[in-house]
Amino acid sequence: MTERTNKEWLTALRGPEADQAISDLREILIRGLHYALSHNGELDSLIEDFAQDALLKILDNLDNFRGESKLTTWAQKIAVRVAYTELRRKRWKDISIEDLLPEDSGSDFTPAVLTDPKSSPERSASQKMLLELVEQLIQESLTPRQREAIMIVMVGGMPLDEAARRMDTNRNALYKLIHDARKRLKQELLSQGFTTDELLAAFETPEM
Amino acid sequence: MKINAETLKNIVRAIAKTRPVEIGCDECFEELDRFVEMKLEGKNVSEAMPLVEEHLERCGNCREEFEALLLALQATP
Repeated sequence: MTERTNKEWLTALRGPEADQAISDLREILIRGLHYALSHNGELDSLIEDFAQDALLKILDNLDNFRGESKLTTWAQKIAVRVAYTELRRKRWKDISIEDLLPEDSGSDFTPAVLTDPKSSPERSASQKMLLELVEQLIQESLTPRQREAIMIVMVGGMPLDEAARRMDTNRNALYKLIHDARKRLKQELLSQGFTTDELLAAFETPEM
Repeated sequence: MKINAETLKNIVRAIAKTRPVEIGCDECFEELDRFVEMKLEGKNVSEAMPLVEEHLERCGNCREEFEALLLALQATP
């Protein structure tokens, strides 16, 4: 395969005889995806589709390439995004949000930390209080949309892009929504007298 | 609603590590090709692109794609 500089790639991909450059780029994308996704089985037929979808995006976005990396690195970044977005969609398609969320069982709130023999009774009590407070703040301090995002992503464990699709938003906006929610919760905890260091240390195992 | 204690602990950790300014997935994606090349060249990405590195620590989707891109580039230098 011809080695090309970024300028040569751009010229070739935009030129009247772009077919060879597109074919070379497709080969690079397929090889990279095979390697990147090798821990996933049964993907061979999908990888060609991912590479084709990525190529269309790449060709549509050549004007947005800023030249801060090799063009092939930029192109592979797009191919990986295309592949993972689709793989996550397939992996999560049969899982509903209701399946992910805890049911309100009405049972007592008994965090596992209470049974940790390494925790002193005082430490266990303060840990339990902090967990109960955080759960209460999630219920009472966040907007309904922020709470929904926290519950789906941080409690339910759904990937951001899949959660965003179901919440009719996009991954970036959902990240920002959760960031705002985390900031709000942190602000509440700090206003109640906790420090950042205390929060970080709250669940570290003490040195024996 | 009863949230599992382990999940709540993870949420407390995430809250504690929250910064006033964090970049989102779009900005991370914009910088990711440069970031990954610097990483492969052994450069100090923590110093050069700390916001990208922090985002990758927080965001599972972006981290998964970053790790896949590293693998892809190792196959196609």
